[in-house]
Amino acid sequence: MPTFWDVKTALGLGIAVIFVLGITVPINFLVNEYFLKPGAMAWISPSLKTIDLSFLQFIVFISVIAAMVQLTEMAVEKFSPALYGALGIFLPLIAVNCSILGGALFMAGRPYNLAEATVYGIGSGIGWLLAIVALAAVREKMKYSDVPKPLRGLGITFILVGLMSFGFLSFMGFSI
Amino acid sequence: MQFLRKLLDQQKPMFEKGGKLERLHPVFDAFETFLFVPNHTAPAKGAHIRDAVDMKRLMMTVIIAMLPCLVFGMWNVGHQHYLAIGKEADMIQKLIIGLWATLPIIIVSYVVGLTIEFYFAVRKGHSVNEGFLVSGMLIPLILPPTIPLWQVALATAFAVLIGKEVFGGTGMNVLNVAMTARAFLYFAYPAQMAGSSIWIYLGGEKTVDGYSGATALGIAAETSANLPKGTEIGGAVEAAFAKSWTPELFTEWNLFWGAIPGSIGETSTLMCLIGALILIATGVGSWKIIVSAFVGTYLTGLLLNALAVNAFMAMPAHYHILMGGVAFGIVFMATDPVTASHTETGKWIYGFLIGLMTVLIRVFNPAYPEGIMLAVLLMNVFAPLIDFYVVDANKNRRKKRMKYATV
Repeated sequence: MPTFWDVKTALGLGIAVIFVLGITVPINFLVNEYFLKPGAMAWISPSLKTIDLSFLQFIVFISVIAAMVQLTEMAVEKFSPALYGALGIFLPLIAVNCSILGGALFMAGRPYNLAEATVYGIGSGIGWLLAIVALAAVREKMKYSDVPKPLRGLGITFILVGLMSFGFLSFMGFSI
Repeated sequence: MQFLRKLLDQQKPMFEKGGKLERLHPVFDAFETFLFVPNHTAPAKGAHIRDAVDMKRLMMTVIIAMLPCLVFGMWNVGHQHYLAIGKEADMIQKLIIGLWATLPIIIVSYVVGLTIEFYFAVRKGHSVNEGFLVSGMLIPLILPPTIPLWQVALATAFAVLIGKEVFGGTGMNVLNVAMTARAFLYFAYPAQMAGSSIWIYLGGEKTVDGYSGATALGIAAETSANLPKGTEIGGAVEAAFAKSWTPELFTEWNLFWGAIPGSIGETSTLMCLIGALILIATGVGSWKIIVSAFVGTYLTGLLLNALAVNAFMAMPAHYHILMGGVAFGIVFMATDPVTASHTETGKWIYGFLIGLMTVLIRVFNPAYPEGIMLAVLLMNVFAPLIDFYVVDANKNRRKKRMKYATV
């Protein structure tokens, strides 16, 4: 991950992630529900009941994500050039971001229905946006820090993200 | 005083350039400026701030503001000790027990932290930074009195090294150093940092019958979770408080005055408010943060009262300010000038969100009985972002004004 993004760029990136997660997680949910899960293809013919394609999850999810991002990019470019101008450069970038695949994989491991999966996708996108925007702002503040030489760049960013996670731990286990 | 000055002047040449211990000059400098206001004068040329207050004097002000909490905390450790073992004791005996339990923690925190500070100062050839004078006192005050000393040492080392020095030392840390130490211990050694058996120093003595070391927050959360269905939720928490193992332990007055189990320095809301007055009167702490954080806590409490579906939500809002470490965290942690918002509008937002998050974590997150620690850390992370948008809004306003002016 490049470490030179400023807050505005990070915000655009975050919105793109919410967008992509909001689309790909429900689609991957449907794919998982009707094709990949053990016995999921029983709706085609009862003889397929014993088939378990869940070992294909990684490769199928990632291709669905790549395809959906391409499609979305083309659609956005055609129908809303302004939005394309704002999101355009980020869409292909984040197709390979691990948080998108992570969203799909975590969704598959939890007992969600379609609506819950959609909310989950959008929600994790918002969380990602908060984290990346806060990180960008802290990094701007750190421009004048005298960081020890071996830690400059990626090293201090990793330490920073680790410390930031202390704060984000407050959301872990929320239940209403 | 004369004697000290003479002693310092005698040793001075050894630490000056060309002296035998030139490399250790920062160490000497630290002691000299700690004991005496340095007599450097600003040169006539250029812009300088001329003020008798330097950073060491500023930090000493914070320490003075913390003294009421510290002394009361020591007394309270002794008070809880004698309460638990069912013996009568006068004030001096309680203070002695308190000193016995807390002094080692304070010493370990200072020794470990200052050793690391001095090492880095000597290595980098900087002067020793003053920040740890305050952090070293804050760390013991937010730990339970039964904490093992090696854990204090480990947490202090982690907070100073990873939390501060790798970012370039005092003034550059992203998270509050003392809260980092506490969060580190909380997640690394939960057995010594949470539960109901750690808040009272027993010293191996037998407790009285019916004794329970639970804090007010623990009782409130537990009552709310275990309330039988169909029971009236309003007043359930207060009823549980009234049934404490020793009479009048959790009355509102006692919660405010602070003779309750808890971390060493956090129990007394009254002492924290005295500290807040000192900080505000001297201008060291931002009154905007303190006020907005208390308001945030109270308003969120009121909002939850209005929506109440369980006993904890129905608890009167002012209890949130009286219980646990909210007052201490707001007065001494949230106002940390390094990690708080720097802009004036930002301070209002920052403080308010700390209050809001504290109550939300307390009520809705069963994993954490106390919310102020994580709320402060979370808002430390977001403080630069708040500043960014406040400055950005200001820029836009000025740009607009410029447009009107040219038209």
